[in-house]
Amino acid sequence: MKVTFTVNGRPTEADDVWEGESLLYVLRERVGLPGSKNACEQGECGSCTVYLDGDPVCSCLVAAGQVQDREVGTVEGLAQGDTLDPVQQAFVDAGAVQCGFCTPGLLVQTHDLLNRAHHPSDAEIREALSGNLCRCTGYEKIMDAVRLAAARKADARDAAPTGLEG
Amino acid sequence: MSPQTTPWIGAAAARVDGPVKVTGTAIYTGDVALPELAHAVLVQSTIAKGRITDMDIAAAETAPGVLAVCTSDGSLGIGRVASYYSADNGPMGDGRTPLSDAVIHHHGQHIAMVVAQTLEEAVAGAERIRTRYRHQSPLVRIEDAIPQTPPGREDIVRGDLTTGLAVADVTVEAYYETPPQHMNPMEPCTTTAHWVGDRLTVYDSTQYVSGVRDALASAFGVPPANVRVLSGFVGGGFGSKGTVWPHVLLAAAAARLVDRPVRLALTRPQMFTSCGTRPATRQRIVLGAHRDGRLTAIGHDGTSATSPGENVVESTGGLTSILYACPNVTIRQRIVRLDMQAPTFQRAPGRAPGSFALESALDELAHELRMDPVELRLRNHADADPSSGRPWSGKHLRECYRVGAERFGWDPADRTPGTRREGDVLIGTGMASATHEMDPGPAAAYAELRVDGTAVIGVASHDIGTGTYTVLGQIAADVLGLPPERIIVRLGDTDLPEAPPSIGSQTVAYVGPAIRRACEAVRDDLLAAAVADPESPLYRREIGAIEFGPRTYVAELARIGEPSVSAVGHHHPDANSRYAVHSFGAHFAEVAVDALTGTVRVRRMVGAFDVGRVINPRTARSQLLGGMTFGLAQALMEATVIDPRRGHVVEPHLAGYHLPVNADIGTLDVLFVGEPDPHISDLGARGAGEIGVVGAAAAIANAVFHATGVRVRTLPITPDRVVAGSAVGG
Ligand code: FES
Ligand code: FES
Repeated sequence: MKVTFTVNGRPTEADDVWEGESLLYVLRERVGLPGSKNACEQGECGSCTVYLDGDPVCSCLVAAGQVQDREVGTVEGLAQGDTLDPVQQAFVDAGAVQCGFCTPGLLVQTHDLLNRAHHPSDAEIREALSGNLCRCTGYEKIMDAVRLAAARKADARDAAPTGLEG
Repeated sequence: MSPQTTPWIGAAAARVDGPVKVTGTAIYTGDVALPELAHAVLVQSTIAKGRITDMDIAAAETAPGVLAVCTSDGSLGIGRVASYYSADNGPMGDGRTPLSDAVIHHHGQHIAMVVAQTLEEAVAGAERIRTRYRHQSPLVRIEDAIPQTPPGREDIVRGDLTTGLAVADVTVEAYYETPPQHMNPMEPCTTTAHWVGDRLTVYDSTQYVSGVRDALASAFGVPPANVRVLSGFVGGGFGSKGTVWPHVLLAAAAARLVDRPVRLALTRPQMFTSCGTRPATRQRIVLGAHRDGRLTAIGHDGTSATSPGENVVESTGGLTSILYACPNVTIRQRIVRLDMQAPTFQRAPGRAPGSFALESALDELAHELRMDPVELRLRNHADADPSSGRPWSGKHLRECYRVGAERFGWDPADRTPGTRREGDVLIGTGMASATHEMDPGPAAAYAELRVDGTAVIGVASHDIGTGTYTVLGQIAADVLGLPPERIIVRLGDTDLPEAPPSIGSQTVAYVGPAIRRACEAVRDDLLAAAVADPESPLYRREIGAIEFGPRTYVAELARIGEPSVSAVGHHHPDANSRYAVHSFGAHFAEVAVDALTGTVRVRRMVGAFDVGRVINPRTARSQLLGGMTFGLAQALMEATVIDPRRGHVVEPHLAGYHLPVNADIGTLDVLFVGEPDPHISDLGARGAGEIGVVGAAAAIANAVFHATGVRVRTLPITPDRVVAGSAVGG
């Protein structure tokens, strides 16, 4: 089958897709976007997290056919050109990246959290990110990164002229 | 020390690989796109012991897209590769030649391989294979097997244990059990292989590119120079990628067979039977002490599981021989052979389970003596290495106890178990010592100065999440006087000078000095030529008085008309050092135990560590935090459950194998206590990669005892074990 959808704002088409293929597979093997990682392929680790119509999902659990005419956002689409998203920048600055394999999924999940909650408590952060396994960091610096990103986004909102808040 | 001091050593620099990792552009092995890439999928045994009597592959061979189906008939022509454990110290984690015979040694053994145009077609082809077996009952439980002395291993005996126990005022004897664990790095092991004639290029998620090269060269009968192994980014290893496993050979065999590049990625379930495990252990500790706490006797017997063919020893007693001063010590290490895949070293091998037993037993002794467990450890502090009598290269363990206790708010007076309650939870605190040594591997490294004012350094080492790119760049910056952003660091490529595997806490400690030597050589060669050249503005200057930095190098290279100059440096750790080299530390943990359910939560942990000079406190801290979390997982969650009759991993996935998630973690804190180690190398850095694990589980178990009065001697400390031991839950 043929699947037509949008990835990171770009119209995309995948041909000869087998019905059993996952969105993760299509992204990695057909669309040339290997940023989303396959660490379990069964919804247990969150490494493959992407946006589907604005909601974070495990792309390994989404059948390719389900994304027909829908919008997908991946880690590759978070930055604006060369400017990292505040969440990405905070992960770099806080040292929240080690081997980096969990990072793409965590970034999308954190990005979503901070869109929904401007001042999340530590408990809210830990809860929101508990579907994203990380074997390296012990999560301490991921917490630092999320707090940092939240603070910077709050500063940016304060600095923005009223009415332009996104 | 460099003659000119720079700010780069000790700087909390951000990781240089951060930007590519947060943008999804870092290329891991499974991301390497090659034209005509085919995919291999492995079929694994569904029995643990017996023989394959029949395998029907007809339907697989005719499945769409299938290029080849390989069975266990030895036709792949893979030559023998020596095992890391049992013969010749080769690089293989399991010395059996894969797909070479019909004998089944363990559940999940590779028994067939399907190569197809796409991954989905390979999976579909593999599902069509039908296998029949003659089944035998596997040996699965340690208790059912007969312990053997590992070949070449002698018991460690100092003084006389019986005498030591006879003179003791107090003795403690206890048995401890630890389960098998799996490393489960987030990146499953993946290999992509590509032959051009008799030259092989392999992308592999490995902690040891040189080992992979050597294994492939001997397996396929080509010179090592014909094999190039690349591993630029590795999604965690923890030991599972430290030796070469059969699937790596199979990927290369598949690529040769179909004459196309082939990628072979293990699935998460396959990770439980294909790349090693920390084996289960059973340990007995006996301690004797005078009333004042001085140890008179330590006996530590450890038994660990291994496979039918490999002599893997989980050296639980290794740290027991060096951690405390005690005149009478006996350490015995035994193995039992079970029908399982060869185990291997998992982060802090031997010491992770060994410290759980030893440091729990110390706590039991402190309780018997009514003594503060910190004080007990101070009274038995080993001022020199008790196993060899050598002085320590550097040791600040006393400060670790003191600084850690202070930060934690340790209360020596509050040691009565089961006395602190907050609503529904019982609160307790516990502590333990930590130590780890470094595998002393020789390393070579490359350094190049370029006329554009940049430098390149390279070594066939790895960044498995550890921060190697960043830290080696800082070390080079220090010697060269260049800012780290002008230094390009190359790792994970066998075309670079050879380094040891990224295991055993040795990379910064021993590869770091090799980088220094290379950088000094290239700098000094260039400057020595300059001061000897009447044409140079540096003629007759003293090298040490010249400013090291881009201006100097660029001017000199431009003057002599060279685009770049390079040099190789070597570092050989001193095998006969007059000093014993270990990192040290102390853990403090506070737990809250649900009085009704027995659920344990670690509220906070403080770890104070002496790892010598800290090159980058940010990446070192990450290593130690990650290590402490590994220990927390060992204490409370991780266990691979093996079916006692059929010998299979009951839940080979991340839903069943519990790793800590974010919400499981309380507050973790790391303190650095040490000073530059004057005797390990002129860099002064010791290893930090594994010590964070050591003792963490014991500190938590000791805190659980303090909270509840229940001593759990079997890991992990699950609620049922807490409830079973106690008034808790009543
Ligand atoms: S790969 Fe999708 S959740 Fe693990
Ligand atoms: S950084 Fe390695 S798994 Fe998270």
